[in-house]
Amino acid sequence: MSKFKKKQAATKQNIPTASLPDIIFMLLIFFMVSTVLREFDVKVKYTLPSAVQIEKIDNKRLTSYIWVGNDGRVQIDDNLVLIPEIQTIAGIKRQQVPNVIMSLRIDEGSKMGIVTDIQQQLRKGDALRINYSALQSL
Amino acid sequence: MLRKKVSRDVEIPTSSMADISFLLLLFFLVTTTIDVDTGIGLTLPPPVDEAEQVKIKSENILKILVNAAGDVLLDEELTSVPQINEIVKNKLKANDKLVLSVKVDRDTPYRIYIATLDQVKQSYADLREEASLEKFGVPLDQLTREQLQEIRDQVPQRISLAEPEKTR
Repeated sequence: MSKFKKKQAATKQNIPTASLPDIIFMLLIFFMVSTVLREFDVKVKYTLPSAVQIEKIDNKRLTSYIWVGNDGRVQIDDNLVLIPEIQTIAGIKRQQVPNVIMSLRIDEGSKMGIVTDIQQQLRKGDALRINYSALQSL
Repeated sequence: MLRKKVSRDVEIPTSSMADISFLLLLFFLVTTTIDVDTGIGLTLPPPVDEAEQVKIKSENILKILVNAAGDVLLDEELTSVPQINEIVKNKLKANDKLVLSVKVDRDTPYRIYIATLDQVKQSYADLREEASLEKFGVPLDQLTREQLQEIRDQVPQRISLAEPEKTR
């Protein structure tokens, strides 16, 4: 019999996993709250311009998007629209969300004519807060 | 014959609870988009027929005209887009009531318009930075909310989008 016996703790060594579901649930709830499920199927191709002095839109729930593709087509929500229809749509959006921010995602090669036309329509539809979507330039 | 009663431990198994919530967690992790929208914010003027036209003295207006080729006419002087910042800054320092009026050609590419707006915003940002250093001794991003508002009131952004001309 050897003199040196390996010392072993008498207790069982287990990591308690009883609180694991609670931890996961906490994470889950965080992501559930921060998720905005609405995603759009963008039908136009666009490349955003870049700028230095850009600001963040904090509230995604307030924003509505208008896309203008490189072929001049305009999309709002999931539909391609004509320029004269924008006024009505903007009016409806404004009724649903009074402080709506219209985020304009316009292809950098678009002519300003179409941008001006959209802006005139937005003004008539009383959706005056806009944001020219742009990427951070380095 | 008497049967011995077996006492059963009735319990709902909760060991798979973590797995189930993990699944849900993964779903929301995948669908969440953390990326924020960035861009240049602006408020459009109300429609013309409702709003009363505000008269501004002509010496308080700085016209920025951009043509289709990207040439800039700033106060009757020909410049280019990257130079707008410096010129506008100097003019704003000389006259703090200045209203910038941006007018672009219908054929101007959007990219150039954004670059122009960016330059104008840049000069306001630089001026605010200077005001902040002068008044509070710290750069703009270290100010408190109240101080920032004060600087904003001191150096207000006055950008006006020119009314498009009627072509037809």
